[in-house]
Amino acid sequence: MSRRGRIGLSEEQAELLELAGKYCRDKSPIETVRRLIDDELGHEPVVFAEMAELGWLGIAIPEGYGGAGLGLAEVVPVLEQMGRHLMGGPLLSTTLAAQALLAGGTDAQKSQVLPGLVAGKPATLALMEAHGDWDPGQIECHAERSRGALALRGTKSLVLDAKGAQWIVVSVDLDGSPALVLLDREAIETCKCRRETVIDETRRSYQLVLDGVSVSENALLDVSKASAAFQHIELAGSLLAVAEMCGGAVSCINYTVSYLNARKQFGRLIGSYQALKHPVVDAHVRIEQARSHLYAAAHTFENDEEGEIAVRMAKAHTGPAFAYTADRAIQFHGGFGFTYECDAQLYRRRALWCETQYGDALHHRRKLAALVL
Amino acid sequence: MGASVSRPSQAELDEYRADASAWFEENVPSPPDFMLPLTFMEVATDEQFHFLCDWQNKVYQAGYLGESWPKEYGGGGLHQAFQDIATDEMGKHNSPIMLNTIGLSWAGPLLLDMGTHEDCLRYISGILSAEDIWCQGFSEPENGSDLGNAQTRAVRDGDEWVINGTKAWTTHGTYAKYMILLARTIPDAPNKYAGLSFFLAPMNVPGIETVPIRKLTGEYGFTETFFTDARIPAACLMGEEGQGWAIAMRTLEYERSARGGQAGGYSITVPDAEEAIDLARRTRRGGRPAIEDPIVRDKLVEFLIENRGIQLCGARQRLAPLNQERPMSLDLSSKLMNTEFVRRINEFAISMQGAKGAYYRGEPQSVDGGIWQRAYLNAFSATIGGGTSQIQANIVAEHVLGLPKS
Repeated sequence: MSRRGRIGLSEEQAELLELAGKYCRDKSPIETVRRLIDDELGHEPVVFAEMAELGWLGIAIPEGYGGAGLGLAEVVPVLEQMGRHLMGGPLLSTTLAAQALLAGGTDAQKSQVLPGLVAGKPATLALMEAHGDWDPGQIECHAERSRGALALRGTKSLVLDAKGAQWIVVSVDLDGSPALVLLDREAIETCKCRRETVIDETRRSYQLVLDGVSVSENALLDVSKASAAFQHIELAGSLLAVAEMCGGAVSCINYTVSYLNARKQFGRLIGSYQALKHPVVDAHVRIEQARSHLYAAAHTFENDEEGEIAVRMAKAHTGPAFAYTADRAIQFHGGFGFTYECDAQLYRRRALWCETQYGDALHHRRKLAALVL
Repeated sequence: MGASVSRPSQAELDEYRADASAWFEENVPSPPDFMLPLTFMEVATDEQFHFLCDWQNKVYQAGYLGESWPKEYGGGGLHQAFQDIATDEMGKHNSPIMLNTIGLSWAGPLLLDMGTHEDCLRYISGILSAEDIWCQGFSEPENGSDLGNAQTRAVRDGDEWVINGTKAWTTHGTYAKYMILLARTIPDAPNKYAGLSFFLAPMNVPGIETVPIRKLTGEYGFTETFFTDARIPAACLMGEEGQGWAIAMRTLEYERSARGGQAGGYSITVPDAEEAIDLARRTRRGGRPAIEDPIVRDKLVEFLIENRGIQLCGARQRLAPLNQERPMSLDLSSKLMNTEFVRRINEFAISMQGAKGAYYRGEPQSVDGGIWQRAYLNAFSATIGGGTSQIQANIVAEHVLGLPKS
């Protein structure tokens, strides 16, 4: 492999970075973030509809399906800015569901579903199960063929934004191999769906019981592409998680810096103490490296092995860097940091959540060892 | 510098790269029978010194050094992109370092930036050809991180300045023809900074004595420099009297790569994660190559990730939309990132040697001639010199993040 990473920035990325920055700042001030934590749905459908109008749901979807025909690289700045303002909502889950279909769906499925996703119909992925293993091959949910239909059973967990989703792509074991199945609204409504209590309260996550659901065999994604699709989903999910984390970490640093510049103890601004300022610099430097990894991963995402290495490096680096940033943010806010009112906990919870998405640092480093050593 | 020259076409750059690649392939010298220094701060013997002077001059004459500096002073007059390519090819072909670092990367760009036309005519070409070696007289035995407190005195006497005092950590002190010197000319100035002035001082005048400092490695490479009524011409003052601090700060920006315009090439060969991986293939754990040990593998991957992150930060500096919020951030943090990484990877490389990590340079059984041990100890020259990492952290905290002064 080439040991050096490559970085670049498209005009569209630069424009979206600015546009999404303004939009998210406007739509997601911290009061809104906190109000939505107490809201059952957890996001504002109006905002999601506006994002669809802005074209953000179709950024990485080919023009033939109504999208802009760009790549995930151009979704990265949007997610970075959303992460920066701690936004939830189904843009992420819908984007990843679309990626699953693009990587593994049949032409009929793509034509049937993608234009709707571009227009703002939410969708999501159901990959995880009770065992919590990230390996996509570890699937206990089952699909059985019976007279042209697929009978599903088993339980999925950590299904992001399942409530309200028009489509859910579910991983199941079929004839001993992992496969993906597309559930439509009718099938989703026959599932038992329970909201889970998760550490990041800006997220809405659900447990989904598939028992008794039956779908047509046409709902099966292309089995010949299944393993490539699982790989693509993991990398796409990782890339977008890194984008969210970078955004979150930058605003977490800003939040901490403004406190260190305002709070006085022993007659001095606490930001003048090196015991506090040096760890903040540490966090900042690690996040600067994270952002470099992020935009390199975005830039090279489409190139198979180079992209995979870049994405895994980005995820392996950024998770712990964001965790450290937010962990120190709590500590450096002192007593206030221990309260629910201090925003540091929001960032720390977000960081913990992101680390559970598509593999933590250790998971990616293990994969990298096989790729680069 | 470069900025006024129009951006070359890709075809021109590709052609230049092909030529540079061929030239370095052909001309990079094979290793001599003595050990070459890994950094410009470790030149301790005459044979090392002459070898590296010759090599720098050869690279310059071939047109691969100072390419972006103005032609009228001896540079190539080309766009910066050409020099970047030459430097890149130098690295790819494992060229020895460019010796005259203080001239090429600190004093040279400073002269082009703030010096007079006459200064540039006089000094630039000698810097590039390594005919005139430069050194730096900033730190003093009692004033390291607190550079603004420098106490070396310069007193005007007719057409001369009379210098008295001691400078420490003078790299190339014994070889240098010129020194960029920070000295106090106005002892009763309203504050310590306002009393400092900046000189382009000749080293070959009576009253200057250089005494080699023995480093923690046991080797030499720096001197302590004593000034006893040393007289230098009045014209050696750079800028105005009392401007020394501002000029010194600008110099440090070049030294820390916080500002571009250097002549090119590199002055430190940094062992990267790649070499540590190679080492892991050659050292053993439990009867197997260390690279098969899962914990060693994980550490190596961590270093690779960090190595690449630092490299990418360098590349990201050019992407303005990604640096809008804190434009100085990457510039001001690059020294901190780089030097601490180098220190830690060398340390890890020693631990990978198992029991043989105990050997040092000179021991025939040592791994790679003990270069890792030596490189680790020498790595402190960069985490301490040019502003310690702790001072760098203060700079990032205050100038990038906007935190209050300590």
